[in-house]
Amino acid sequence: MQELIMTPQMQGEPMPGAAFEPAIVAFVCNWCTYTAADLAGTSRMVQSPNVRLVRMMCTGMVDPKYIIKALLGGADAVLISGCHPGDCHYINGNYKARRRVKLLMEILPRFGIDSRRIKLTWVGASEGNEFAATVNRFAAEIKELGPIDTRSLPLL
Amino acid sequence: MPSRIGVYVCHCGTNIAGRVDSEGVARHASGLKNVAVARDYKFMCSDPGQDMIIKDIREMGLTRVVVASCSPRLHEKTFQKACQRGGLNPFLFQMTCIREHCSWVVADPAEATAKAKTLVAAAVSRVNEHEELYSRVEAVHPDVLVVGGGIAGIQAALDIARSGHKVHLVERGPSIGGHMTQFDKTFPTLDCAACISTPKMVAVAQEPNINLMTMSEVVEVKGYVGNYTARIRTRPRYINEDRCTGCGLCMEKCPKSVPSEFEEGLGKRKAVHRNSPQSVPNTPVIDPASCIYLVKGKCGACKQNCPSEAVDFEQQESFLDVQAGTIVLATGFDILDPTPLSQYGFGRYPEVYTGLQFERLNNAVGPTGGKILMKNGQAPESVAIIHCVGSRDKAYHEYCSRVCCMYALKYDHLIKDKIGHHARVFNFYIDMRCFGKGYEEFYRRVQEEGVTFIRGRPSEVTDQSLSVEEDGKLIVVAEDTLLGRPVRVAVDMVVLCTAMQARHDASEVARVFGVSCGQDGFFLEEHPKLGPVSTATDGIFLAGTCQGPKDIPDAVAHASGGAGQALSLAARGEVSISPTVSWINPDICIGCKMCVGLCAYSAIEFDERRKVCVINEAMCKGCGSCAGHCPSGAAQVRHFNEKQIFAELEGLSQYVSPIRQPARADAP
Repeated sequence: MQELIMTPQMQGEPMPGAAFEPAIVAFVCNWCTYTAADLAGTSRMVQSPNVRLVRMMCTGMVDPKYIIKALLGGADAVLISGCHPGDCHYINGNYKARRRVKLLMEILPRFGIDSRRIKLTWVGASEGNEFAATVNRFAAEIKELGPIDTRSLPLL
Repeated sequence: MPSRIGVYVCHCGTNIAGRVDSEGVARHASGLKNVAVARDYKFMCSDPGQDMIIKDIREMGLTRVVVASCSPRLHEKTFQKACQRGGLNPFLFQMTCIREHCSWVVADPAEATAKAKTLVAAAVSRVNEHEELYSRVEAVHPDVLVVGGGIAGIQAALDIARSGHKVHLVERGPSIGGHMTQFDKTFPTLDCAACISTPKMVAVAQEPNINLMTMSEVVEVKGYVGNYTARIRTRPRYINEDRCTGCGLCMEKCPKSVPSEFEEGLGKRKAVHRNSPQSVPNTPVIDPASCIYLVKGKCGACKQNCPSEAVDFEQQESFLDVQAGTIVLATGFDILDPTPLSQYGFGRYPEVYTGLQFERLNNAVGPTGGKILMKNGQAPESVAIIHCVGSRDKAYHEYCSRVCCMYALKYDHLIKDKIGHHARVFNFYIDMRCFGKGYEEFYRRVQEEGVTFIRGRPSEVTDQSLSVEEDGKLIVVAEDTLLGRPVRVAVDMVVLCTAMQARHDASEVARVFGVSCGQDGFFLEEHPKLGPVSTATDGIFLAGTCQGPKDIPDAVAHASGGAGQALSLAARGEVSISPTVSWINPDICIGCKMCVGLCAYSAIEFDERRKVCVINEAMCKGCGSCAGHCPSGAAQVRHFNEKQIFAELEGLSQYVSPIRQPARADAP
């Protein structure tokens, strides 16, 4: 089994989807995705409330340990989102993020964290609709996936 | 000493309080660690709201402030300044967004309030770790770089130059003037485009403060606000501008003719050519792709006949670095090529023209000397003008190009004026958008001149006639949506009002200058309403149609706005630069030099003596590429350091409810 987690479903309990509200942390860059989130807000695009944004100046400054920290802190998933390739406000910070996330996705499953719990997307400053869709899609995926193991750990 | 935090939750009228229980959020915040006071208020950004913060800082000795309101992109500076007025370092402030990211997008009030509480807790947790930071002041180079010499670039350059600042005006083509020089008349006043643009072009040439560089492009931009260095590549003109008198003998003698780009393919030009006699500079240019001498190595008719020995086939591409404190982008627009809209038959039927081609037919120095003539030399008896070709069309551009309705009305008038009242004109429109000063009046006037308006987007233009009257004509097939019935209109000539679109290379240009493009392909302004001329990059401003479709008055107004913004920086002479740059702790750095290679700005150097990496703060932009990778954690971005992000995450995770897991079979 890919996922180590024991969902209530496996215990013969009803589907977790109804009760389970995932907590998702999103590291978004100030110039593109944060701006897109503002635009989505201004355009009143209703989004799943599960995603909480952490504003970074660039996805290139998202140290993998921030992602790990969020997951260990009980976030069911982490979204990293920045400018489209080639559009980075800081020339190429998003490429650096892409490399780091790719490596992290290979490492995390070895520690029992499903790589689907991390997602890297590019949402440009004018793509408010794309941001809302990304948030809703990701929240639905994680609802499907169920809570992360670390939620049950006593202290971290 | 633990910090004393003040938390202020905004109602934003009902924008926040309508969905989020702001009072409840404030009450909740007052119970958080280190929070000395938590209040809610109707409008935190108002003067009484700010005064509340200032008063609390002074009277309650607050050492940190958190405001939960709109996006920090809107009011972060407002509240930072309020903190400063209260005597608190502006970086001891944190703002969290509970409007755009919460009350406006969460449907359920209970969920919205819960989310707001989490966001406030994260901000409170983070602000504990904030440090005092001080902005540094840098000198602003007084010169301004203006890119693009269309009417917007000309206006911006003249505005700036007249204030006494030096302007480098870079134009890609051989002459300034842009699209406006191709037009004949301008709506709604019908004054001739050349009559109003030529004096401006000449003023540029005569202005001592403007350094005009034609045939030139900016290939690289380095530096930051106040201190940009632009590398400009100048292609050879093959004619020495200083020697040429503009007599035009070379153009007479040149044996090679090719279709003219300036005439939109309707006329011919020589290999050595000039757009119009009013070009600035007046020097012709030799096109290396069609010049016989430059292609085959023999001919030289222009060189032999030039009385001032200005022709120089040895000219080479050259590069020049210019310094500028601010940059104004005025790179303009392209016209959509209507060939892919094959239903309109452009390129298939010779009598289907684009709007710009029709402008040339009307222009006194155009291919027909200003007469509206078909390819057979006859004046058309009837003309159909199709609006919104590629605009307001999901398959091409969703936006409205904003100028087509008005120039179509201008064509209506010109056809009636030049061919005679018997000429019939049919407009196929979706909506008439005549929004500017004097535009609606002009619409009325054209209607009274006997022009026909048919509301409906044509399905096709065809030469398949169904009756004797249609023989030899172009038939526009459409539905008149007001009458609710199909119509076939047989005409001699069809004009397509093609969309204005972003330059084909707008995204590459955007990359050179570090600005971004919107979904429509045009350069993205800082704010669609309150920052229409500034960009996300400090010191780079937009002018004219590079930001979106505009008519001439709007482009000129926009350009003056861009020039004004650039000037306010240049005139002040100094700019305060954010201290949120990286810092490498020399006690932790192991000197692996990993960050040196990662830095996109070459802002990191290795100190050989101390064996550590050092950031050059003047060059660092605070992107955090180094901090994101540093294996030892020595590199940190100020205001976005590890402690602060961790604290924010801890604040967020306080609210993640633990889920009881059933004991695993393999658990110890």
